[in-house]
Amino acid sequence: MWDYIKLVILGVFALFCAIAASYARDFAYQVHAIILMLVSAGLFLWTLRGIDEPKPVIPTGYMDGPIRAGVIATAFWGVVGFLAGTFIAFQLAFPALNFEWAQGYANFGRLRPLHTSAVIFAFGGNALIASSLYIVQRTSAARLWGGNAAWFVFWGYNLFIVLAATGYLLGATQSKEYAEPEWYVDLWLTIVWVVYLGVFLGTIMNRKEKHIYVANWFLLSFIVTVAMLHVINNLSVPVSIFGSRSVQLFAGVQDAMVQWWYGHNAVGFFLTAGFLGMMYYFVPKQAERPVYSYKLSIIHFWALIFLYIWAGPHHLHYTALPDWASTLGMVFSIILWMPSWGGMINGLMTLSGAWDKLRTDPIIRMMVVSIGFYGMSTFEGPMMSIRAVNSLSHYTDWTIGHVHSGALGWNGMITFGALYFLVPRLWNRERLYSLSLVNWHFWLATIGIVLYAAAMWVTGIMEGLMWREVDANGFLVNSFADTVAAKFPMYVVRGLGGILYLAGSVIMCYNLWMTIRRAPAKQEAPSMVPAE
Amino acid sequence: METYSILREFADSWMLLFLFCFFIGIAFWAFRPGSTKIYEDTANIPFRHEDKPACDEDCDDSSDAIIKEAWK
Repeated sequence: MWDYIKLVILGVFALFCAIAASYARDFAYQVHAIILMLVSAGLFLWTLRGIDEPKPVIPTGYMDGPIRAGVIATAFWGVVGFLAGTFIAFQLAFPALNFEWAQGYANFGRLRPLHTSAVIFAFGGNALIASSLYIVQRTSAARLWGGNAAWFVFWGYNLFIVLAATGYLLGATQSKEYAEPEWYVDLWLTIVWVVYLGVFLGTIMNRKEKHIYVANWFLLSFIVTVAMLHVINNLSVPVSIFGSRSVQLFAGVQDAMVQWWYGHNAVGFFLTAGFLGMMYYFVPKQAERPVYSYKLSIIHFWALIFLYIWAGPHHLHYTALPDWASTLGMVFSIILWMPSWGGMINGLMTLSGAWDKLRTDPIIRMMVVSIGFYGMSTFEGPMMSIRAVNSLSHYTDWTIGHVHSGALGWNGMITFGALYFLVPRLWNRERLYSLSLVNWHFWLATIGIVLYAAAMWVTGIMEGLMWREVDANGFLVNSFADTVAAKFPMYVVRGLGGILYLAGSVIMCYNLWMTIRRAPAKQEAPSMVPAE
Repeated sequence: METYSILREFADSWMLLFLFCFFIGIAFWAFRPGSTKIYEDTANIPFRHEDKPACDEDCDDSSDAIIKEAWK
């Protein structure tokens, strides 16, 4: 019966997309309508061919198929995102790279949201979905709830990414940072996300362990909060059902406040809480010892989610936002030092008694460096949220450096560690293809981040000081173009850092590929051996 | 009173008090007597069911028990 309902839905939707493609009011919408038409028509045929076929018996073990797909997607989108980032870094240094023939499609303005969304949502999001589905099964001792719903989440999420990315290149954007996709893409993501929440919660409810492990608390808060943020920040009215344009529900300073409430909590719950969930599982597993203090992890969790949600207004110092609101955001950002560092200490101290592993295990080294960058960027962030510091740092490259030390250092490194952890287990291999390649990746990535962050500190602070420099008569000394010229060497260094980081990730892809193809299969382990 | 003022007044009085007490409560709750023993068990959850889900009541769960022993 369900198959017939699916056929009806897919058929009607494919037909609607065909009509929408012909009535389309803009090119991006037309391309999206054609993509959606092809996808739903393909699914229609696929469902039709399988109809009334005997259903395979539902297996009982862990459901790892969508996780394997998620791992591949993470590695793929990672390289795409890093490549886009490196390219636009060089576009800033050498404007000639905004090719004349690609104007309107591949210039900096179009590629920049492609880069941010590719690394945050495609690379980070796939890593979060894959690892959360892995973690929730292992820590609940239960198979994923909802059967093929997990596959729907994987493919649905990646369809969202394809729609978002093509939309940016073709100019469909609602101009909200990190929330650029237009209304129909937002609606699709909402559906996917609700199913994701269902799969995750359903598995937790089926759990065989009495307690819900702390990683699941973080992951659940990430899923729930992102749903709330996404829905509220994307409240808009489409101009036409056949066009990609929409009008925001909020206006003026309210819109700005909602946007940065969203924007900062995308950092707080997507890039922090979600990845902390990964940390609380993968670091103990790789170190082969339980987390340093479970009590601290509970306090870490509640303090983090109670405080983060208020920190957004610090993005709006010296704007139309009332002072009390931006002061509130600033104060909460500073209090956030406590849980952030508590979590960092908890992650690092998990290695106490096993510090020797740092010498022999490049994966644990990656995780430790990642936690170190977490500590560093959660120190830098609150400092930059202080109004006086912000008056220097805001609108400069210091902000970009801060974001990247968090994203490349914390999110990137913990994801690489998780991928190296997951691939041998998911493909039933005894070990990785090559640990020395992991070592190469580690050093390339670390040196890349250091070049990137150092270049951005120098250029950011220099730029901030140049902007505010006045002569004896109170006139500004530098024009904007002066600061652009002065930043050139640092921009080249930043681009080089990006190349190193990208090279590391390409090495990782090769290593993971060879692990799947070449590494020896795992021997059937005797039952006495505990989990590795 | 307009909606904004009502909500604002509620938010910075009773709701603030509730959230504050809730948070303090959590902190004390985490350190309640006997929690160390419970959390020791909880913290070892990742090391139990690496390869397959836990059995339902009717099947032999001895291999899990051995793994649990190994991690005591």
